[in-house]
Amino acid sequence: MDNFSLTRRRLLKSGGALVVSFGFAPVTRSLAQDGGTPEERPFAAENPDLGSFTPEPGDYLDPRELDSWLAVTGDGGVTMFTGKVDITGTRTALAQIVADELDVAFDQVTMVMGETTRTVDQGRTVGSSTIPRAGQQLRQAAAAARQELLKLASKHLGDPAERLTVNEGVVGVAGDAGRRVSYGELIGGRRFDVTITATGYQRGMQVAPEVQPKHYRDYRIVGTSVPRVDIPAKLTGEFEYACDVRVPGMLHGRAVRPHTAIAEPNGVDERSVEHIPGVVRVVREGSFVGVVAETEWAAIKAARDLRVDWSTPRTRMPADRDPVDRYLAETPPVRERTRQENQGDVEAAFAGASTTLEAVYRWPFQNHGMMLPSCAVADVQGDRATIWTPAQGPFTTRDRVAIMMNVPRKNVDVRYVEASGTYGRLTADDAAEDAVLLSRAVGRPVRVQWMREDEQVWDPKGGQHLTRVRAAVDSGGEVSAWDYENISMPWTESQGMPQLAERQIGIEPTYYGNANGTGGAGAIYDFANINIRSKTVPWIFEEVMPLRTAALRSPGEPPRVFATESFIDELAAELRVDPVQFRLRYLRDSRIRDTLRAAADRAGWVERPSPQPTADVRILRGRGIAVNQRGGSVPAAVAEVEVNSETGKVTVSRVTMAYDCGLIINPDGVRNQLEGNIIQGVSRALLEEVQFDAGGVTSVDWISYPVLRFTEIPEVEKELINRPEMPAFGAAETPIVVVPAAIANAVFDATGVRYRTVPLTPERILAGLRTGQTSA
Amino acid sequence: MARYSLTVNGAAHVVDVEPDTPLLYVLRNDLDLKGPRFGCGLAQCGACSVIVDGNPVRSCITPVSTVGNQEVTTLEGLGSVAEPHPLQAAFIEEQAAQCGYCMNGMIINAKVLLGSNPDPGDDDIKEALDPILCRCGSHLRVVRAIKRAAANNAATA
Ligand code: FES
Ligand code: FES
Repeated sequence: MDNFSLTRRRLLKSGGALVVSFGFAPVTRSLAQDGGTPEERPFAAENPDLGSFTPEPGDYLDPRELDSWLAVTGDGGVTMFTGKVDITGTRTALAQIVADELDVAFDQVTMVMGETTRTVDQGRTVGSSTIPRAGQQLRQAAAAARQELLKLASKHLGDPAERLTVNEGVVGVAGDAGRRVSYGELIGGRRFDVTITATGYQRGMQVAPEVQPKHYRDYRIVGTSVPRVDIPAKLTGEFEYACDVRVPGMLHGRAVRPHTAIAEPNGVDERSVEHIPGVVRVVREGSFVGVVAETEWAAIKAARDLRVDWSTPRTRMPADRDPVDRYLAETPPVRERTRQENQGDVEAAFAGASTTLEAVYRWPFQNHGMMLPSCAVADVQGDRATIWTPAQGPFTTRDRVAIMMNVPRKNVDVRYVEASGTYGRLTADDAAEDAVLLSRAVGRPVRVQWMREDEQVWDPKGGQHLTRVRAAVDSGGEVSAWDYENISMPWTESQGMPQLAERQIGIEPTYYGNANGTGGAGAIYDFANINIRSKTVPWIFEEVMPLRTAALRSPGEPPRVFATESFIDELAAELRVDPVQFRLRYLRDSRIRDTLRAAADRAGWVERPSPQPTADVRILRGRGIAVNQRGGSVPAAVAEVEVNSETGKVTVSRVTMAYDCGLIINPDGVRNQLEGNIIQGVSRALLEEVQFDAGGVTSVDWISYPVLRFTEIPEVEKELINRPEMPAFGAAETPIVVVPAAIANAVFDATGVRYRTVPLTPERILAGLRTGQTSA
Repeated sequence: MARYSLTVNGAAHVVDVEPDTPLLYVLRNDLDLKGPRFGCGLAQCGACSVIVDGNPVRSCITPVSTVGNQEVTTLEGLGSVAEPHPLQAAFIEEQAAQCGYCMNGMIINAKVLLGSNPDPGDDDIKEALDPILCRCGSHLRVVRAIKRAAANNAATA
């Protein structure tokens, strides 16, 4: 029997959820579509798809109070509070914005980030939104504070505000050097007690729009490469990462999980860990099993040795990625999205075409692969909890834990502590939930540190994608139709969804998860007829299983852009046009055109059609290009590759990227992000695929899930395009989206073979070269 | 439980731990050091690197009982924010970090490399650091930082 044959089996008890079984029983609910407008639910969930809740007094700091945003100390220091967390150096970039707006020195600003009792909820730290959204909110709050400070200074000095100037937090009177007063003297240690406007919620919140911020020409600190404030301590061992948090009386815990779907254990043999000194408790709650010990080493050994007799799960794992592709292709979606750029009549254009092309592109499950596996400390005392966690959404963690503990949100105090790069992984705060269950069981603070194997297996992965693209070319050689369909699973671990430990104690999802998007699907090209769709298939299983999914750096866009920019390249090759010239024919947006040209120029692009394979040489060389636009940022990359025709190994020798993200806050910070995105992009294109079989996930460490290493890194060239007159659009994740397509196009240029499946492993390359066909 | 005397960053310490406890957990949990970091526990990533009698060692798989009276040096033993080691200073100059979590492994292994090869080329550095993983893609900056450090004669520091 095909494991993926879909049979609707029964209805879940909880509210009419549709339960579907494909041998491995997913549950999906046909409810919770777009309900209500965000404005009706201030501070509520970031995603309007989610069910509403009504905040209670004390749940959130009021963004309409200026004191919620900043405080001035007696010595004139400014503490700025933000609900965002620092993953990519934004502690520094946000402080630059604030310092400029307030006219204080950069090092007078201290950022407090991601604490549910001390910061405004500005939404989760996702989607490169910190600089564009939260940065703007902090800028406006700082501008409002400056205005207040000038009012106070005007009263104090007896001069009208227009005559006052500010320098490094000291207000002076123009033309009278003697009269001055500092911010610290004006308000240090006291509250402003001033109300500002704030409407909307989280990343969409409008803060003090009535206050005029500085003109960009007056920025002194924004636009400069201020060194990152966090870096020195990270290089000396003085920095406190999340794994370094130590709380008095703290114990060490580990959850124990199989590598496949989790069913109720038939039994847990506590005697199997009796021989380990320091074991405090074996904890079982529902299908959650964990251990708590006095020392970390005892906890590790106990988790390793604990004998759990797991019952056979009803949810079966797919045997490999192929049945998942079939499932994506055949399953009725829970959600279909289209694109506002869709236009014309695609079918008519196909009917009248002189040539048509079509192709299918495949993208595997990939891991986030944080260097530091998930970790958190929780201290549950009665109906209250304090949690130290590197979560990307501290407020999400708070809300989930409140549900788990069945207590009011304000009883849960979540404090952000930085970890290693997360790339979306910690939108699901699994370790914190594990720690809550274990701490509640023993009544003491418990630190949970996932092991490497836990992280590789249970990482909520970037989803598998299947993309089908067709294009029609008319008799004049013009592309007349673009028909694009991308299918993937939702992010099952998105905001508002119960996560791993919650599922194990019986909290059921009421929603299918965050739907797949349509970005990067070719809408930047102005074809006469366009139909772009993305489909989301059900992906909630009766039991929680390790192929669960979450946002992964530019969620869905590397796979979609891989398909789009590969297929554009296929069209250019079909029509024997240079790939850059071909794109320019259909690109209208001047920023995209400029960025594409900048990348090509910087790379020394020579105009000619692809491919240009050289016959009978061991090392084949090629170049490829790709471009995109996402959230206002525009990346374009040229990849140069060497393909070893004997071993099949692809080496990316150089990547040249041009990048336009509007106003650049910190040029070196953006360069750092480009380098990182390029290297991770090469890794994802060449190496990364989560392996699994019917028995479970088999990518369990860095050998079975390799990532790019020093001897494989390309040279990198960077071209930053600064647009100071524009908003800042961010750089944390958008640069990566063009890298895999540029590489695949370069491999085509080198070999004449079109590879449509990521990763481009030596086996796939060799298979393509052997068959001698033009695609593989 | 057994009692061990350790010399870490020049200071003597006595700890009471199980003999099979990896050095990493002793350094982190008993001696409160934050330089050596947990990344895999499998000798696959290098985040836990320390120097033992001049050699780079993966502390995550090194039982404390095997350390004996050898001299252990951690990231903290090289320098501090106030007084960084020339290698650390070069990394700061190059802003060689994104999350920075892997940088313990980078700096510790670079220190050992410079000890045997005070003026390494790009390929020497890449070969030496190939076993050390970085997920953020800070590799290029690490290479530049080590070359900068070499130019500043960090090897003799
Ligand atoms: S933690 Fe020791 S090598 Fe990874
Ligand atoms: S800087 Fe994040 S892992 Fe290397």
